[in-house]
Amino acid sequence: MTSASPEKKRRGGLLREEFGNPERRTAYYMVLPALLIILVVAFFPILQAINLSLRQATVAVTGPFVGLENYVEMFQNPDFLEGFMNTIIFTAGSVFFEFLIGLVIALAINRAFRGRGLVRAAVLVPWAFPTVISAVMWRLMFQDQIGIVNYAANTISLISQPILSDRTLLLMGAILVDVWKTTPFVALLLLAGLQTIPGDVYEAARVDGANVWQRFFRITLPLLKPTILVAILFRTLDAYRVFDLFWALSNRELESLSTFVYEGVRISQLQFAQGNAASVFIFVTAFLIALFFIKVLGMQTSMEE
Amino acid sequence: MASATTTSGGRDALGSALFYVFLFLFVLVSMFPLIWIFKMSIITRAELFAAPPTIVPQNPTGSAYTQIFGDPAFQQALLNSAIIAGVTTVVCLFFGSIAAYAIARLRFRFKSPVMTLILAISFFPAVAIIAPLFLQYSALGLVDTYWAAIISDTVFALPLTVWLLVAFFKELPKDLEEAAKVDGATTIQAFRKVIVPLAAPGVFTTAILTFIFAWNEFLFATTFLFTPDTQPVTVVIPNFASQYTTDYGAQAAAAVVVTVPLVILVLIFQRRIVSGLTAGAVKG
Repeated sequence: MTSASPEKKRRGGLLREEFGNPERRTAYYMVLPALLIILVVAFFPILQAINLSLRQATVAVTGPFVGLENYVEMFQNPDFLEGFMNTIIFTAGSVFFEFLIGLVIALAINRAFRGRGLVRAAVLVPWAFPTVISAVMWRLMFQDQIGIVNYAANTISLISQPILSDRTLLLMGAILVDVWKTTPFVALLLLAGLQTIPGDVYEAARVDGANVWQRFFRITLPLLKPTILVAILFRTLDAYRVFDLFWALSNRELESLSTFVYEGVRISQLQFAQGNAASVFIFVTAFLIALFFIKVLGMQTSMEE
Repeated sequence: MASATTTSGGRDALGSALFYVFLFLFVLVSMFPLIWIFKMSIITRAELFAAPPTIVPQNPTGSAYTQIFGDPAFQQALLNSAIIAGVTTVVCLFFGSIAAYAIARLRFRFKSPVMTLILAISFFPAVAIIAPLFLQYSALGLVDTYWAAIISDTVFALPLTVWLLVAFFKELPKDLEEAAKVDGATTIQAFRKVIVPLAAPGVFTTAILTFIFAWNEFLFATTFLFTPDTQPVTVVIPNFASQYTTDYGAQAAAAVVVTVPLVILVLIFQRRIVSGLTAGAVKG
């Protein structure tokens, strides 16, 4: 009692201080509804998914506890492995090109010029499209009888078979569509970051005789690092959970981690438990990716300025 | 940034010409699919299959549009999308704005964990919870109702809504509320009478972005909604590929109809949308 009491008193005092003050009490009441919705609809289900993934579960019954059996079966399932592989290739490919091209565009348009509004609108248009609809559009353009992309690629002998009937080409197509859709957005984020770098830093470097490359590697990149990390983390996690694009572009043929979960939950009743195991797998790995960015790469997470 | 001060005017002119060529290519690549799909939607079937493809439409026709607008399933899907996205926006703004006000303007100890928890949702893979949510919604009888989509969309749109609103609320002058409080207004009254009207432009931008988010949502809709009575356009249009098997014109027209409202919104509000979207990311 004696050893615990100061701690307890402090906690009691803290709570009393927080809830005794009418302004603070109001603040808690104001954030409570949003927090409750998030906890009930997003965080609680994760616990349930973990529970289901450890049981012989079906849509109808929770089933007996089976330990890690579902995970073992999942890792032996060729569909899961293919989806995992595709997801990794897709994530690495799309994020790499989006960042690279996005950075080039951001550097190029970081100045005052006529027609800025037009460029900004052009940037936002692909971003605002529903992903499934852009997939449908591109599918039409990849189509072997009427598709312009398929026609063009065929004419210059880039491809030997129709894009839509080859999974490797489909995966490359998916990366292309994602790069088309999201690069402008990455460019926009990086541009906003570039605009926070004061011009006199460059002026000083130029006076000191630094050339373009030195200025880029010694000033631009280091100062842009926080924005770059935010942009890449957002894009990585977004690409990692790819679902809509694969689903609609390949007409349900291309497998990703997310399509594997979806099939388990909604299509193949037999794979419900494995689907849950895969969903826990996605959650944990996505969390690890975020952790890697924050801890290893030193991403800033504070929202206080 | 990279535009080094050059002594020769000729090099400047060349550089600026190259710059505009680059811009033109960039805009063209961005817009090409929409333009091309629009072209596909207004040409005849024969022209659609022509090889090599025509660049300029030969005999423009609106028959694909007549066809899809005459399809009751498509009309219903448009209505469903509008209801789901509209209600999600309203619910999200309601909960989001009160939470954002507290975070932006009031002092309390656990502000940072609260904000982290809300923002964590934007990193949260939604697909990880569709199985448990499916079971919950089934138990509650919500499966295949608008609510299944609205509730899930709301949770995943909240981080965006709260983030944007916090940024907007922080920009408002603080003395106005102080004055209102000195005059005897409560915190809630200060929020309703002073902050909400002043923040209207920011709230409006947030509403547009939340609406776009919900309008574009696909995963929850395709998981929880099974019948044409509730399915939004994002679920219905990909199915057109099997329904209108080789009727590519109709598929193209449907895609155009769904994106045009978004394109118009974006064109009108581009300046505000950009400032909203990049507000958070660069603070780092």
